[in-house]
Amino acid sequence: MINFLPSVVSRSQSSKLMSLFVPIIAVILTLMTGSIIFSLMGFNPIFALHTFFISPISSAYGISELLVKATPLALIAIGLAFCFKNNLYNIGAEGQLTMGAIFGGGVGIFFHDTNGFWLLPLMIIAGAIGGALWGLIPALLKTKFNTNEILTSLMLVYVALLILDYLVVGPWKDPQGYSFPKTRSFSDSGRMPLLFSGLRIHFGLFITLFLIFFSWFIFTKTIFGFQLKVSGFSPSAARYAGFNQNRLVYLAFAICGSFAGIAGLAEVSGPIGLLYRDISPNYGFTAIIVAFLGRLHPIGIIFASLVIALTYLGAEDAQLFMQIPAAVGFVFQGLVLFYLLGADFLVNYKLEFRKNK
Amino acid sequence: MNLESLIGVIQIVLIATTPLVFASIGELVTEKSGVLNLGVEGMMLVGAVTAFVTLVITGSYFLAFIFSILSGIFMSGLFAFLVLILMSNQVATGLALTIFGIGLSSMIGKEYIGTPIDGLTPWYFVIFSFIIIFLISYFFYKTKHGLILRAVGESHTSAHALGYNVIKIRLYSILFGGSMCALAGSYMSICYAPMWQEGMTAGRGWIALALVVFSTWKPSRILLGAYIFGGVTILQMNLQAFGLRLPAQFFNMAPYIATMLVLVIISSNKLRIKLSAPASLTIPFHKGN
Amino acid sequence: MIKIFKYLFVISTFSIFAFSNAIADPKKVGFIYIGPPGDHGWTYMHDVGRIHAERMLGDSISTTYIEGVPENADAVRAIRKLAASGHDLIFTTSFNYMDQTLEVAKEFPNVKFEHATGYKRADNVSTYSARFYEGRTIIGHIAGKMSKTNTVGYIASFPIPEVIRGINAFYLAASKVNPDIKIKIIWVFTWYDPGKEADAANTLINQGADIIVQHTDTFAPCQAAEKAGVMAFGQASNQEEFCPNAHLTAIEDIWGPYYAERAKAVVEGTWTSQDTWDGMAEGMVVMSPYNSKLMPADLIQEAINMEIAIKDGTLHPFAGPIYNQAGELVVPEGQNADDGMLAGMSFYVQGIDGEIPQ
Repeated sequence: MINFLPSVVSRSQSSKLMSLFVPIIAVILTLMTGSIIFSLMGFNPIFALHTFFISPISSAYGISELLVKATPLALIAIGLAFCFKNNLYNIGAEGQLTMGAIFGGGVGIFFHDTNGFWLLPLMIIAGAIGGALWGLIPALLKTKFNTNEILTSLMLVYVALLILDYLVVGPWKDPQGYSFPKTRSFSDSGRMPLLFSGLRIHFGLFITLFLIFFSWFIFTKTIFGFQLKVSGFSPSAARYAGFNQNRLVYLAFAICGSFAGIAGLAEVSGPIGLLYRDISPNYGFTAIIVAFLGRLHPIGIIFASLVIALTYLGAEDAQLFMQIPAAVGFVFQGLVLFYLLGADFLVNYKLEFRKNK
Repeated sequence: MNLESLIGVIQIVLIATTPLVFASIGELVTEKSGVLNLGVEGMMLVGAVTAFVTLVITGSYFLAFIFSILSGIFMSGLFAFLVLILMSNQVATGLALTIFGIGLSSMIGKEYIGTPIDGLTPWYFVIFSFIIIFLISYFFYKTKHGLILRAVGESHTSAHALGYNVIKIRLYSILFGGSMCALAGSYMSICYAPMWQEGMTAGRGWIALALVVFSTWKPSRILLGAYIFGGVTILQMNLQAFGLRLPAQFFNMAPYIATMLVLVIISSNKLRIKLSAPASLTIPFHKGN
Repeated sequence: MIKIFKYLFVISTFSIFAFSNAIADPKKVGFIYIGPPGDHGWTYMHDVGRIHAERMLGDSISTTYIEGVPENADAVRAIRKLAASGHDLIFTTSFNYMDQTLEVAKEFPNVKFEHATGYKRADNVSTYSARFYEGRTIIGHIAGKMSKTNTVGYIASFPIPEVIRGINAFYLAASKVNPDIKIKIIWVFTWYDPGKEADAANTLINQGADIIVQHTDTFAPCQAAEKAGVMAFGQASNQEEFCPNAHLTAIEDIWGPYYAERAKAVVEGTWTSQDTWDGMAEGMVVMSPYNSKLMPADLIQEAINMEIAIKDGTLHPFAGPIYNQAGELVVPEGQNADDGMLAGMSFYVQGIDGEIPQ
């Protein structure tokens, strides 16, 4: 190898300093690249970057929208952390979200003309059960038949979406809805309470924060969390230690599924209020990026979900104020992610200049 | 159903399945070396638009495919830089690559939507898709380089200890994967449905990813999986057109459920799975390890 | 660092003000699109309409659009952004923006909203749609006359009233001139997947269809028909350049005059909430030029006569008697199906094989 190149050395522990520093490096690089791209496109780069990153959150409404978008991402991502920590590649959170919306929303539709304090909790529980059941299918197939969860969880996304499709076109169709593919609206007590009048941020935010705290507690303070970590690092060590691997698989998938299910229910009972075909803008897939960007850590996931949500909002503002096509927004979003992911390198590894052996 | 229409059905299945074969064999080689690239859909789209735009500008099918493959190498090269050199997380980087590819392809193709072109006959590519499966099988199981590639995917530390350049081998595998995905995309925009439309691959990249797992990382099984998937899709269309009274959503579920069922049957043999799944998949390698 | 950010902030707020002052005068008209304007289908035609309105009204309006807005909670934010950034009139161009449009409209009573293909209105929310089924009647008639195999292939997207109405109108007209005509339907459950649309077209052709009708967005089916040497009808826009030897005609969505009229009403302050369901008579549904290479002159003349008859009301696509698949009379002789029945149509008429996916 060429000697004058620095060699890469793994840090024995991720650098705390770098953890803080890396996002700043990524942001600076993003701003620089963004300036170049937008200058080339003939825009004032400062105006463009302001449109992307500041104007979406320069009002109370904007911040509320940021939270509306980030809440499901964070909730699903923390659920995914249970799977990913254990090296279970569940990429089917979108399906678990959809099933949660179907179960919880189904309760809401059944009680569409009933009001009562018990309705929303019932819907949330139903949503969690729906998501958990859907998550348990790949877990069951994995433990019983050794099937790979990447494939089964992905396939189940499509199946769940088609089931939702079947329900809103068929049996659950709004009888007063001129046969359009949507259900009745939930009754008022089947909706997530709004936190501020005029803003869309709803009670789901607190559920999410609570579940993130709950997950942090599990990860750091319980034997289950320890087992997850060990079996993720070294499956053989976990076997020697006598952990019940199958139980871990079931639990991880059930927790992940129920979180995604609650996120789905929160989405339909929060900002939407009924069921139709297209309830989620790929939250289940985007949350995978959020989970890894947040390095499966609760605090990291909160920040990552805010950053990702901001890039979506920014792309909308860029269309509106700069007539930039949605595609450019995606390219820019991709670049931001590349920088963040690439800069992670500095957290986990350090460069060392050393003499030849 | 008479013989003629049966042949017709088989032709439709062949045409519809070929992009899945290209994309999944590319991804299979990448994964065999121990790298998971979830950016298949993004690379397919960039490949599709590059081929289309090149064809419109130069009028040459040959250049269209060459540039398309180069675009695949560019996209996968970007991915390779991030995951091999900067050791970023493969799952997240692949997803980011898809987002990037969706945006980049729409940006490049903006002016070319709805430009009419003469489509190329798909049959050369259909035949080539079978040949490439054969070649990759041969490469993996009959050549030394194939063995090395598999070894790198199995245990990069051992491969490194034996003196093989893990990073270089993975880089080549990723670039091959990218060029195959781009080829799949160019087949779509030039042969299958000769046009450029934003997001025209419509999720086939994800199906290709699933097919790699379905194949249990065996090239020949890619054909089996892809043709089950493509076949069930076309079969349900045929049944619908015959006026069979079954709910169409369940028809549409059939390919996914069939894929899962076959997978369950295949993977019940635990030993076989263990032997074929690359053990180092998604685990980054660096020499300091 | 903080200083730099302050500096950035000052500069950029300044530029936003400069930006908004420059265009404060004309009325701002915003559009929410479901797809990219270049899809050559649904969104493309709305964008053609937007450009038409801009051209007609010159400096008195300026237009903006947000493309690729998903039909879920995100739509509220996109619509609200248009409303909050000083737009006076906002068109939301897909059905599932309905509740979202009303939600934003409630918050912005001074902004006018127009929702395409929906049925919920408010004081500041109008609805508008086009009677595309009138065009389906004409292509049904042509198909009935032109098919040699007496088999028509129909590629349908989703089982919503709009699509079912189209199938029924098509079949009623086709079977009237050719009682032996058979219609084979494939539901592809997507508006937009060129590959799948081509597969469906090829499957139908393989099963003996010599005319392909589509209710999906891309020109892939027409291309497939061209390649197989059969005929096809275009969707939403004139698709002749993609399949010159297959394309009989197309049903075009012409939104421009309506958009211009509604924008003008806002400029002049005469806008009121209304429900518009226009067809050929008003020019919202237009047939592309009939292909004289494929169609005999007398058939072209018949089609043109039908257009005239639909415009003056002497021909109604859903004139009784109409029976459903169970053989029950749904529209008695001498009557026409009313708009309520048409708007919520969820049954096949007698003679169509198969079942609507439920």
